[in-house]
Parts: sequence; structure tokens; C-alpha cells
Amino acid sequence: MGSVRRSQHIKCSPDKAWQIIGDPSRLHEWFPIVSCRVEGNKRWISLANGLVFEEDIVLVDNYLRRFQYTIVNNPIVTQHLGTVDVIDDGHGECIAIYSTDMKPNVLALGIGAAAHNGLLKVKKILEGTI
Amino acid sequence: MGRRILFITTDQQRFDSLGCNGGTIARTPNIDALAKNGINYTRAHPQNVVCMPSRSTMITGQHPSTHGVWMNGVALPFDAPSIAATLRNAGYKTALLGKAHFEPLLDPFQLFAETRMATQKVFTEMQTFADGTVAPHRGFDHMEFATHGAQGSVHYAQWMRENHPESLGQFFTVLDHELEVSAVGGGDTNAPQVKFNEIQREWYHTDWVADRTIAWLDSLDADDDWFCWMSFPDPHHPWDPPKSELGRVNWRDLDLPHGYPTDATTRKNILAQKPLHWSKWYDGSFVSNYEAPLHWIPATLTADQVREVNAMTHIENELIDEAIGRVLKMIETKGWTSDVDIIFTTDHGEFQGDFGLLFKGPYHVDSLMRLPMIWKPAPSANVTPAVVTAPVGLVSLAATFASIAGLPTPEYVEAPALPFNDADAASRGFESVFTEWDSVLFGKIIGSRTIHRDGWTCTRMLPGTLHDGTEGELYNHANDPMQHVNLWNDLQHKAIRDDLLADMRSTMPEQVLPLRPVDAPV
Repeated sequence: MGSVRRSQHIKCSPDKAWQIIGDPSRLHEWFPIVSCRVEGNKRWISLANGLVFEEDIVLVDNYLRRFQYTIVNNPIVTQHLGTVDVIDDGHGECIAIYSTDMKPNVLALGIGAAAHNGLLKVKKILEGTI
Repeated sequence: MGRRILFITTDQQRFDSLGCNGGTIARTPNIDALAKNGINYTRAHPQNVVCMPSRSTMITGQHPSTHGVWMNGVALPFDAPSIAATLRNAGYKTALLGKAHFEPLLDPFQLFAETRMATQKVFTEMQTFADGTVAPHRGFDHMEFATHGAQGSVHYAQWMRENHPESLGQFFTVLDHELEVSAVGGGDTNAPQVKFNEIQREWYHTDWVADRTIAWLDSLDADDDWFCWMSFPDPHHPWDPPKSELGRVNWRDLDLPHGYPTDATTRKNILAQKPLHWSKWYDGSFVSNYEAPLHWIPATLTADQVREVNAMTHIENELIDEAIGRVLKMIETKGWTSDVDIIFTTDHGEFQGDFGLLFKGPYHVDSLMRLPMIWKPAPSANVTPAVVTAPVGLVSLAATFASIAGLPTPEYVEAPALPFNDADAASRGFESVFTEWDSVLFGKIIGSRTIHRDGWTCTRMLPGTLHDGTEGELYNHANDPMQHVNLWNDLQHKAIRDDLLADMRSTMPEQVLPLRPVDAPV
């Protein structure tokens, strides 16, 4: 199993960060994709190269501030669980953590790279530097 | 007008592959002529033995610890120093045709310019730097990419898809269904990554790179100064040259390479002297890095497979030499020859059967570290041909390009321009050369630091998954040119070992921390 984790400290409250990170339909605002569409517990995301990923939304836990999803019906991806956490840093600000566990292993690195870029962007959005 | 620069690189080519370096199989008359009329470096090392870190050293003039591309899959930042940018700022027209690989090849989210350019069918991307300046990506006016086959987001694959779609499937499929480097065998011997490729020779990427180089050069004005990086993807695996060319070298006629111990017990005994990652890769119990097939066990490699891989490699090297010949002919036709400097080298070597191994990884021996490197200065510079035996590194290339252009040595480089001869090397302190390895792949951690000096190669393993930091390798090239006898723990050689380690500690650049993230396996 390929397992990666990326994180960013964000200078805003956990609740404020969760408003965007915890909303599955707002992924395109910060993650490097061109669009996303949500219907019930399903989500479809479109990449710049034309690829479309179908996902099942597994969990939106507003108390834990945890979002989980899994890529489904994909000819390459055989196992996947993505987890995004927003954690109180104890000082009124937060840490956003994006974890991916999947097969093929190496695709986790590519999602990790996208997550790194995405977390940097959401940090700028939430800190008002973009 | 100044001196123009043709920088020719191959990928994963051994020192002994060329006629000028003792090779007896592949016919390489064009490269041999460069060596005869120029400077042939017989102890040139890369600063890392895989593509991205090594190529990043070429363009930045820095060691991996400084430029930060510490393993394949770590991107060179878009605003990293670039000798191409320095030359462009001095008025040079600049291009890179062929394999770049400063950024990950597996880039599904199109985070990197190399991927975006090919997808968008453009040949440059403007970047905005921190100081507000806007300039082409890495300082190249024109970038046109190729890699090992017709897949992925590179211009060559686009060209194949648009012009010769019927031949796309003829190449070896580099990745398997798990997106791991494929262990599938082919050819006559079922050797890994070998395939009979039905593609027409003129559509193969070697000729395409030469064609695109000629087209770019032909677009220039006669009095332009230019820096042209022609970067062939071969002879890197997969070994799938056009089938029409296989008659050049029959693998059945080849002797086994000197570095291949024919007896399995001998192979195991040699590897047992080395740090544990050697033996554990050989028996398939520990694959530390992505560059070799995950599901291939080196111990299964047969002598005939070694012969066939070598034959395929020799064929690919002949095709490269002929492609270079075409470009040199074009330069001659344009009337540029007397003012063109040509530098030929590669990014790292290949086992090609040495120790019973193929491919590459954290193994700092001549198979992977001793590179062909030739500089044929422009005839107008009146430089006397020479053979340089002093140790030099790819890290000196950037300063060399600057010196050819008549520019001061850029502040960002960490090594001086290449020496003209051994006396020049001695006077300018070319005594040692460093090579680094770091890799972290899903919990498997390997690191090492190597110095080559005075005919010795000394490698210290860093603490990691298999090593506690006390292990290492020490080879005396004078007595052991194949690096079979590891003297690391030999008390008689403790003094030279400790001296080399102290030298390395005092002169090797400190690694810039924190390490940048790994964005892809390669």
C-alpha cells in the first residue's frame, strides 16, 4: 500500500478552515483540479489533462473535522482511501492534514504532490494572502 | 559572435561503451572523433546515479545536497539556478531537445511545466520570478521533450500519436499494471525490458531528437550565438531499438562483459562483501528504489540475457552516434564548425551485467559512476587535444559553459570549469569528486556519500532501513578495477579510509534541509 501524508499549519480557526476543506463541493477552489461535481455521496473530479475520477464520499464528520473519500470504478486504482483532517493546534489556529493510502502504490506520491500544492493554496486563501 | 555550444547527453551510458574508451562492439566514429580532437575525461563522475538529481546538477552546477533534488521524483524548483538562463541573459539563443527530466514524468495533476508544455503543444512556458522578472522556463527559448518510448506527456509521444499511431504499441510498455517499472521480459532470451520494436528507424526517438535539433538550429540566424542541449533518451532501458537495426550486433556473438562473474557462487561472494542492500537486492528481498523493476530478481539473470541486453545497448549507442553525425554535418553546412564547442556526456551509468545486475540504484561503483565525458573545444579556441585522468564531475559543466561563452563563473556553481589537461587539473585542484545517494520509498530508506580520490572510491552508508551508519565500501582501483574487494573493514587500509572520510566531511557541501517532498516515483 502506498501511503503519504502532507500537512500545513494555517493561521485561522479550525472552524473557518473546515468550512472550505470540509465541503466536498469546494475542492476545486484549492486542489489542483479544474472542476468537481457532487451528487449525494458521489463526487466526480476533473483533472487538467482530461482525466475524470469518480469518488465515493465515505465520511464528512463535522465534529472530528474529518473528510474521507475513496476513488471507485477506476481501471488503475484498485484500493484507495483519502483522509483530510483539520486539527486544532491548541492556540486557536489549525493544522490541515491530507493523507492517502492506495494501490497502485506510486500513485499515492502523485496525489501527495497535488495535496501539497492544494494545502499551500488553501493556506493562502484562508490567511488572505491570495 | 561568440562560441556556440552543442551539449550532447545520453541517458544511462557506460564509460566503456565508446570506441574511444576501449569499447570494441558499438561503432561510434563520430563520438570517437570528438575525443581524438578534443579532451577525453577518463574519470568523470555524476553527483548522483539517477536521472533527475544528475540532470539537475548539470544545469545548476550544484551538488544534489545544494540544488535539493535528492532523489528521482523530487522536482527542481522552477526558479533554481540555470546555466541556460545565464547564457540566455548574455544573448544566447537556447534550446533543449529530448529528455529533460528536471521534473517528474508521472504528473497526472500537471503540476509541472514540462508536462504542461507537451500537453498544450507549446515549446516554452513563461515563469514569473520573485523579483518580478518574467523569463522562459529554465532559461530555454525552446524545449521539446522526449523520453523512453511513446507514452506520457512529452512532445515525442504527441508526435507519434499524431503521425504514427500504428506504431505506438511497438515500444516496450515501461510500467506494469501496478505502475511499477515493468519486469516483463522479451527478445530471444526473455531479458527484462527487452523487446523487438517494429517501429521504423526514422520514427524512433533517437532520430527524432536529432531531427528536432536540426530543425531548431536551422531556425537560427547565421550570426546567432546559441546553446543547444541535445538529450538522447537512450541507451536507458527499455532496450527496444528498431528491429530493423538488430543485425548490427548479434547477441550470440558477444563475449560476456568482464564485470559479469559467470559463477553464481562467485557473484554472491562478491556481493556479500558489500553493504547489505547489495545482496538483498540481488536475491529480491529488498528493492529500495523505483528505478529497477520491483518484481524482477537479479539472481535470475542469465548469461544469455546479459548478452542480449548488451547487444541492444550497443545498437542503441550506434544509432546515437549516427544521429550525432547528422547534426554535426548540419552544423558544418551552416558554416559554424570552427566556432562550436561540443560537450558529450551522460547522466549516469548502467550495470549491464556487472556483478550479475542490471539497471541502477544506490551502488557507487564504476558501472554507474564512471561516465563518458568529452569536450571538443571550438577549433577557433586552439585548445590542444588531451586525455584528462584527474577526477571531474558533471558539477563542472555549468561553469564550463559559462567559460566557453566568455562569462565569469556564475556565483551559484560549486565547481570550476573543466580542466584542459592533467597539468591544468593539478594546478586548479581537481583532486576528488563526490557522489550522493538518498532515497525514501514507502518506508525504505537508503543513503550514502562517496568520494573518489587518488584512485580510491570510498562510500559511507548513512543510517537507514538496512544500515546503522557504520557500513561502507572502500575500493583500490589500481589493484581492483572491478571493485570486487571491499576493504572498508580491512585494518591495513583504515588510515586511507579515515583520510578519505575526513576529506569528504570537510569538503562535501552540507545538505540543505528540510528535504523537499517527493512528488512522484520518477
